[in-house]
Amino acid sequence: MLANRPLTLKRALNSPPVAVSFYVVVVAAIAWVSYAGAMQMGYNWQWYQVPKYIYTFTDDGFQVGEILTGLWATIVLSTASFILATVLGLCIALLRLSGLVVGKGVAIGYLEFVRNIPLLVLLYLFYYVLGPVFGFDRWTAAALTLAVFHSALISEIFRAGINSVASGQWEAAASIGMSRAQAYRYIILPQSVRFMLPPLTGEVVHLIKSSAIVSVIAVAELTTVGRNIISDTYMSFEIWFTVAAVYLALTLVLSFGVSIVEKRFEAAH
Amino acid sequence: MLKSSVIVAQEIGKSFGDFKALSDVSLTVHQGERVVVCGPSGSGKSTLIRCFNGLESHDVGHLTVNNVELFEDAPQIRQLRQDVGMVFQQFNLFPHLTVLENLMIGPMKVRKLDRAQAEATARKYLDRVRIPEQADKRPAQLSGGQQQRVAIARALCMEPQVMLFDEPTSALDPEMIGEVLDVMVELADTGMTMVVVTHEMGFARKVADTMVFMEAGRIVEISPPEVFFTNPQSARARVFLDQILEH
Repeated sequence: MLANRPLTLKRALNSPPVAVSFYVVVVAAIAWVSYAGAMQMGYNWQWYQVPKYIYTFTDDGFQVGEILTGLWATIVLSTASFILATVLGLCIALLRLSGLVVGKGVAIGYLEFVRNIPLLVLLYLFYYVLGPVFGFDRWTAAALTLAVFHSALISEIFRAGINSVASGQWEAAASIGMSRAQAYRYIILPQSVRFMLPPLTGEVVHLIKSSAIVSVIAVAELTTVGRNIISDTYMSFEIWFTVAAVYLALTLVLSFGVSIVEKRFEAAH
Repeated sequence: MLKSSVIVAQEIGKSFGDFKALSDVSLTVHQGERVVVCGPSGSGKSTLIRCFNGLESHDVGHLTVNNVELFEDAPQIRQLRQDVGMVFQQFNLFPHLTVLENLMIGPMKVRKLDRAQAEATARKYLDRVRIPEQADKRPAQLSGGQQQRVAIARALCMEPQVMLFDEPTSALDPEMIGEVLDVMVELADTGMTMVVVTHEMGFARKVADTMVFMEAGRIVEISPPEVFFTNPQSARARVFLDQILEH
């Protein structure tokens, strides 16, 4: 059967040797264009300078470089923001689903407000307006901004996850005398985790990426570190490539880890 | 012997928008009585039985269950539901829990029994519905008939005084209906008060003390089964019986 299929262009392009060489050509072309462009503007590549910003070996042994320190700061900031965003997001989702007119109004108001102003403006609000009023330092302002911004998106993930549980589950829980809180805790939320895990992973990746924006208020994280190195050395190409690669590595490792957890979850069901 | 009444519905009515799901429904269910409710689909049978444990609330009339007057958001509803077991057409087992956990979660979280007591209760009722060997499986691994028997056991674990069945065999393949009805007949033999919405007329003949026939949201006829099946008092019930017994 397979042999009888006509050799179409699509099939030819998808045969392994052709596909691999095609891929190599595309990547090489992109690399060459960038390189040629840099050469043309007379850019002085100094890749040999980059490793020392990642790590160094001295007489005292392994020393963490600025980029790794920045990476750690990004991880800490993102983790703190994500935990806070999850708690806030769950509260907003529960308020929205509470059936209380005021609860629903507050939740929708919050959601529309946060979703419809730019993240950068939200950051300025927290840092320049709420910061002085409530005495936040820049790190707190940054963490709160990220948490509030992503809590709106996360609340929608929670709401969708909770709504994907069949209504018969609520009725079954109610019919054995469970309160609404008990039904959420023992019946509804455990089942909705399965629906929420994939979009939540996407949200963590999104949060890590948007955490770069806090470099505008000089919170010492990965992007800020990159900017600082460049202002000292003028190696913009090398450092931005490196910073991008570090973000990419972080988010890919995270996605891979969560995909393993998801498989476990699927297997358990 | 005069038996006390468990469910007393007095002229209750219920509308969904313009649609009158129930109107002027009056019914009394006594302790130990087995009531079978039948009628064409859309006649309000399910709505009525769902009112009995507060899953739906009636708009007009009075409904008393276990001497508790029910109304929307009545504070006693949760307490009442512990005493009124419900079996659904779609089983509604908790898919993330094992069979045993499905049976234990109500006694543990609602009745506040400790784990050992809850497990003992769960195993007792799992034996009663004759699937003790399935205790550690998940609902999705069971057949429909087994799932419905687990659902019956789950309701029984709360030690209810009344059991409500909302078309318990309608979602089952024909070969599995018998095993569920057998369990229900045994339950009836223990003297449990039961209200059963079903089209299984063989079952009704075997266990019912009272037949209730509904149409268009009203109770058309309440008769003992020997009257209902041989000489129904209403023309509508006669037509209905002809239609379903022919096949």
